Amino acid sequence: MKLRRMFAVWAAKMTEKVCVHIFHRQGATWAGKIALLICPSVLQELAGSVGKAVFAVCGTNGKTTANNLLCAALRAEGAKVICNQTGSNMINGVAATFVLGAKLNGGLDADYACIEIDEASAGEVFAHFKPDYMVLTNLFRDQLDRYGEIDTAMGLLGNVIRMAPQMKIIVNGDDPLSAYLAMDSGNSYVTYGISERVDTGKQTAEIREGRFCRYCGSRLAYRFYHYGQLGDYACPGCGFKRPTIRYDGRNIETEDGILFSVGGNCFRSSQKGLYSVYNILAAYAALRTAGLPAGRFQETLAGFQPENGRMEEFRIRDRKIILNLAKNPTGFNQNLSVMMQDEAPKDLVVAVNDNEQDGTDVSWLWDVDFERLARADAGVVTASGIRCQDLMLRLKYAGVRSELEPDVEKAVRRSIEAGSRNLYVLVNYTALFDTRSMLNRICEEYGQY
Amino acid sequence: MRNTSEMKLTIGHLYPDLLNLYGDRGNIACMVRRCLWRGIRAETIEINAGDSIDFEKLDIVLLGGGSDREQMIVCRKLRKVREQFRDYVENNGVVIAVCGGYQILGKYYRTDAGTIEGLHLLDLYTEQGEGRLIGNIILSSELSDSPVVGFENHGGRTCLNGCRPFGRVLYGAGNDGRSGYEGVIYKNVIGTYLHGPLLPKNSQICDYLLEKALARKYGPVKLEKLDDRLERAANEYICRRFVKRKEQQALWPCLRRCLHT
Repeated sequence: MKLRRMFAVWAAKMTEKVCVHIFHRQGATWAGKIALLICPSVLQELAGSVGKAVFAVCGTNGKTTANNLLCAALRAEGAKVICNQTGSNMINGVAATFVLGAKLNGGLDADYACIEIDEASAGEVFAHFKPDYMVLTNLFRDQLDRYGEIDTAMGLLGNVIRMAPQMKIIVNGDDPLSAYLAMDSGNSYVTYGISERVDTGKQTAEIREGRFCRYCGSRLAYRFYHYGQLGDYACPGCGFKRPTIRYDGRNIETEDGILFSVGGNCFRSSQKGLYSVYNILAAYAALRTAGLPAGRFQETLAGFQPENGRMEEFRIRDRKIILNLAKNPTGFNQNLSVMMQDEAPKDLVVAVNDNEQDGTDVSWLWDVDFERLARADAGVVTASGIRCQDLMLRLKYAGVRSELEPDVEKAVRRSIEAGSRNLYVLVNYTALFDTRSMLNRICEEYGQY
Repeated sequence: MRNTSEMKLTIGHLYPDLLNLYGDRGNIACMVRRCLWRGIRAETIEINAGDSIDFEKLDIVLLGGGSDREQMIVCRKLRKVREQFRDYVENNGVVIAVCGGYQILGKYYRTDAGTIEGLHLLDLYTEQGEGRLIGNIILSSELSDSPVVGFENHGGRTCLNGCRPFGRVLYGAGNDGRSGYEGVIYKNVIGTYLHGPLLPKNSQICDYLLEKALARKYGPVKLEKLDDRLERAANEYICRRFVKRKEQQALWPCLRRCLHT
């Protein structure tokens, strides 16, 4: 059915162009949808023609960054790679990555595919193809309205892993929930993690998931926590414990960017925060597990600009604006940690939407440790987005005064005009794309003077 | 009327390590802050798995929501202190129980995986239904002048055996998606599926609980009014968004009436 596939590829490419140029939207979702409608087997066929390996990147936080870094590292080794760079990680987005990466004759010329997949879509995606590797970053509470509860998300992932018994899992061994999934699956797995205690300043009052052993229900004993439930744990009841770490981050410094070593190689990055170390370790472990050398990884890392609203920096003359995605309590707390390491005076715009893709339940805002913000010396804090009122109320009870501006663009412009030189913009999922293009637009405007 | 500044409330947060799904810490923060703003001292005791509970020391008990698995563990623990818990409830102790915590108070919760025996403190029971009831929810409640807003996410359908409901559903599903009722009120116990969390956007409910707890300890009190503009704005936003304009107009007089009858 080569003809049908070819037609699906053409239609998808056309759809994407129409979406981007006429409607100024990302076109991936529609492109994928149309390709699958025209040729339901297109995803299976194209995934099957990937030359060397298909990576699936799953987990709550860090998927996009780890996936993109892995893609860049593979390209640095001279490989041809397709990747869902923008994080369109549901079935249609995944399909789009393959069809938009295909040639006009309907064939695909790629050595590797790096595909991040949303937990809830993984079953659907795995019905089309079975990846060779799965990177499992972590499991935190996220969008409870969609998944019900974290047990449900774990059930979904457990099921898809069982669909692919040949798939090797590259897992964050510091997360007892992810480690349990890997160990319990019977699949072969490789671990990465951080075995030394890292001083990140203040301890936070965060919610920790999975404090109880998945096997026997006893409370896990921790030697130390990094953040959330990530750390060095052992179950006093049944002997379940943190697995031996194969790719182990050592000598970690998070003062100015990050610096760490793993297996004798030293890596430095301008990315910030301990969570970035995990993202890099995930990509590195995947690269090495697939049998590629470490030689060019530092070079890749140095040139790696996420450019997707993950700690992305915008400059307006001498002013700095940092945009970051913050979509769940753990991600948010990590964002606040990074922001508070910055000692310069700063302002903050936070936007919270409650569209379908964000999760329509915003009660997670109360699990974010905003109380820390009251102790930090942030200048003007603006609550924005569809649920700005909820956010402002949350901040009030955290002891943080804030201003209300539902429109993110107005909030950002007001901050710039008020003379903010160091502005952090934290937004959740559906606000990210628009905020990013808006910031690019503002940069251009100011650049013209 | 007594001077509130000499007063103190102790809030027992039951098993926050197991029941912590839906921002329940917001309910605690709300009660504590609203006490402090009035000069009332407030202390929170977190009772985790393994700790013992002394109900006599508590003025308010908060039970949050968790997964079915975690709920089962909590139920097993609470059954050991069931008698003390019942005495606390019967002696007008204040309880706010949300989602899983609400279900636990009843007779049982029947799921596909088996039946969780409840604490039999209230005459209600819960059975798992098809699909989960998820979404924003708005109630009219005799305990509040403004509508009560929140978010519900539950697989269980709760049936009140003639108990007083916490509210009437104006938007959303409620206890079972059919009866039009949401939650339960029994003495000074409120059980509800509303999180969001419940109290910050419904400050009148929070103050109701505080007043009841203070009255039980110190005799009748009248709480000082607070500046609740942000609370009201967040509440009104949900009402405006989900209740049609026509129904909105009808809402206020109907609520006033329901208050005075």
